[in-house]
Amino acid sequence: METEKPARRRETEDRRNEGIASGVEGFNERARRAVNDQQLHDSIELFTHKSVAGRNAVLNALPEAPELRERAYRIKQETMANLDRYLEQMADAVEARGGNVFFATDGEDAVRYIGDLAREKGAKVITKSKSMATEEIELNRRLEEDYSDLGLEIVETDLGEWIAQLAGDTPSHIVGPILHMNRKRITEVLSRTAGEELPPDVEALGSFARRRLREKFVTADIGITGANFGVAETGTVATITNEGNARLVTSVPPVHVVVMGIEKLVPRFTDLSVFVRLLARSGTGQKLTVYTNFITGPRGEGELDGAEEFHLILMDNGRSKLLGTEFEEALYCIRCGACLNVCPVYRQTGGHAYGSTYSGPIGAVITPLLKGQGEAKDLPHASSLCGACWEACPVGIPLHDLLLKLRNQQVEEGLAGKAQEIAFKGFESTMKRPVLYRISSRAGRLAQKPLKKDRPLPGPLGAWTGSRDLPPLAEKSFRELWKEGI
Amino acid sequence: MRVALFVPCYVDQINPEVGVSVVRVLRRLGVDVTYPEGQTCCGQPAFNSGFFDEARSVGRRFLDVFERERFDYIVCPSGSCTTMVSHYYPFIFKDLPDERERSETLGQRVREFSDFLVNVMGVKDLGARLEGRAVFHTGCHQRRELGVLEEPRELLASVDELELVGWENEELCCGFGGTFAVKMPDVSTAMADEKIKALQKSGADTLISGDSSCLMHLKGRLRRTGHDTRVLHLAQVLDSGKAG
Ligand code: SF4
Repeated sequence: METEKPARRRETEDRRNEGIASGVEGFNERARRAVNDQQLHDSIELFTHKSVAGRNAVLNALPEAPELRERAYRIKQETMANLDRYLEQMADAVEARGGNVFFATDGEDAVRYIGDLAREKGAKVITKSKSMATEEIELNRRLEEDYSDLGLEIVETDLGEWIAQLAGDTPSHIVGPILHMNRKRITEVLSRTAGEELPPDVEALGSFARRRLREKFVTADIGITGANFGVAETGTVATITNEGNARLVTSVPPVHVVVMGIEKLVPRFTDLSVFVRLLARSGTGQKLTVYTNFITGPRGEGELDGAEEFHLILMDNGRSKLLGTEFEEALYCIRCGACLNVCPVYRQTGGHAYGSTYSGPIGAVITPLLKGQGEAKDLPHASSLCGACWEACPVGIPLHDLLLKLRNQQVEEGLAGKAQEIAFKGFESTMKRPVLYRISSRAGRLAQKPLKKDRPLPGPLGAWTGSRDLPPLAEKSFRELWKEGI
Repeated sequence: MRVALFVPCYVDQINPEVGVSVVRVLRRLGVDVTYPEGQTCCGQPAFNSGFFDEARSVGRRFLDVFERERFDYIVCPSGSCTTMVSHYYPFIFKDLPDERERSETLGQRVREFSDFLVNVMGVKDLGARLEGRAVFHTGCHQRRELGVLEEPRELLASVDELELVGWENEELCCGFGGTFAVKMPDVSTAMADEKIKALQKSGADTLISGDSSCLMHLKGRLRRTGHDTRVLHLAQVLDSGKAG
């Protein structure tokens, strides 16, 4: 979050911004605070270890997992190649069922559509189930600000999202929005809301939340959900959850609005058999989540439940410009969160360090793609490129290769900074000429004497020696030893 | 069998003894070893940082230098630098048909040291001897791009008096990541600490890896935090206990 005050810097830390370490400051500042926060570290470790262990266990028990992954990739590839056609098909199917469809170019479009709808309906209370797409466009804040005259009460009903909302916090993980909070903090937040001291046990906290949320469920005028998948062929929207809240959001209020990123489409209903099996396993280590809902349009003739009105907002918000580019694979994501759980960087920093709705490897990839590189210049560098994300991704997105391409794009667009440009020009000319390479290695050995002294070094060397010993250059290089005879 | 050595620049400059051990081990197996002296670096630091033009230019030189040599295989004591040539040269040259083909051809003959020993030479026991209790760290490129996981372990299993033990979260990156180590020093160091914690817990007195770069990072942190754990490259272990 950019609004946080930067931590007080010590002089030696300032040096890290010089030379090669330039231009990645936003993430670094937040990450530095995060790695020193033991409580945060413990919370992340608890969540990610559990998720990874669960994921490994259920996927290992599914012999066809590699094949499913391959199929998932192919389906997404085919979807993106024909996205215009599938979107039209989806829209037609929803309309044929009596639903309304709106294409939103960006967040503003989506907010306006929902705000106007709320005005038209005279809505007061809006319930929401968990949706990253609405987080991405800051729907709640914008509705409250842009439509303040309506006096809307917008209530998140996923337990974690609700607690985050009460705490004025943003989610720090795609699947576990408040994994950064421990029980003590959650008790504090809920006690404040209750106006009384609640005991810090799961039962008591859960039952308070249920009571409070139930009041909202029954009075809501509009229910808003995201979509895990949208099926072009049938116009069906699938939500995959572990709390019953999505059902109450979609069936109690008279109006149901779905905000769905256009990349969530799959062509056929049968494709869900691939994705649903992968999503729960990869995300939470379950074979299936507790609730898998398929909603196709508003309540039909003779049907017992469902909203009277159904609105599907198909939101672009920067996605379509990735189609057909070398970054298209970023659109294959099904938001399972597995790449976050296995990412050694995420595991040290948590999600807030990324300063973006989406964190972890997929966040580092799509944030600059959706927002523009200038807005999130540091994120493509927030990775050691270890590839654990790619290995874990149920759709096989080569996330670390996309990060490399993003780094390259920064260089080509002149965003890498002069210091790096000079450094790598120097690198290139040295490495192209063995004579220069030899001379500079000798010069390096001569120059080591002052380096060995105990004072902070500038630039990348300083960034290294701040926390690690620097190995000295060898007295003789391998090349020299070879010449002398091994 | 004729092998052209590809010695990564940091091994050349910082850990030349690793290169020396590679030569000795290979010669002991009767391999005819050459060292193309025109080599410098594979270009990975530039590539990692997004400077693809500079990486291509250094990469082209690598192709020139090695294509001039006569060899059956190129052997490299680093999974990471091997990957740069075998996987990422075709990646950066994908729009340049000539270099792309050249890099694919050359890439097929580049082997990481343990991969070469086990899968090309068919040896697992080099008759080495080293006393100690060790953990092995597989570099991330070696683990995920090359998939060379069992080979180093098989080689180490035959080392006399060496006990290889498992350690927690073995698959986690050590936090080096090339320029990442200096661009994100805090996270990089925290990642090293995670590995060191697991290392301590395992009770090992020796840390072995096939990548000197990971070792440089972990060793730097070990020493800074007052640990005297022995740190060795796989080649040094396989070369130990033998009279030169
Ligand atoms: S990129 Fe892959 S692993 Fe990460 S959230 Fe998306 S689908 Fe899951």
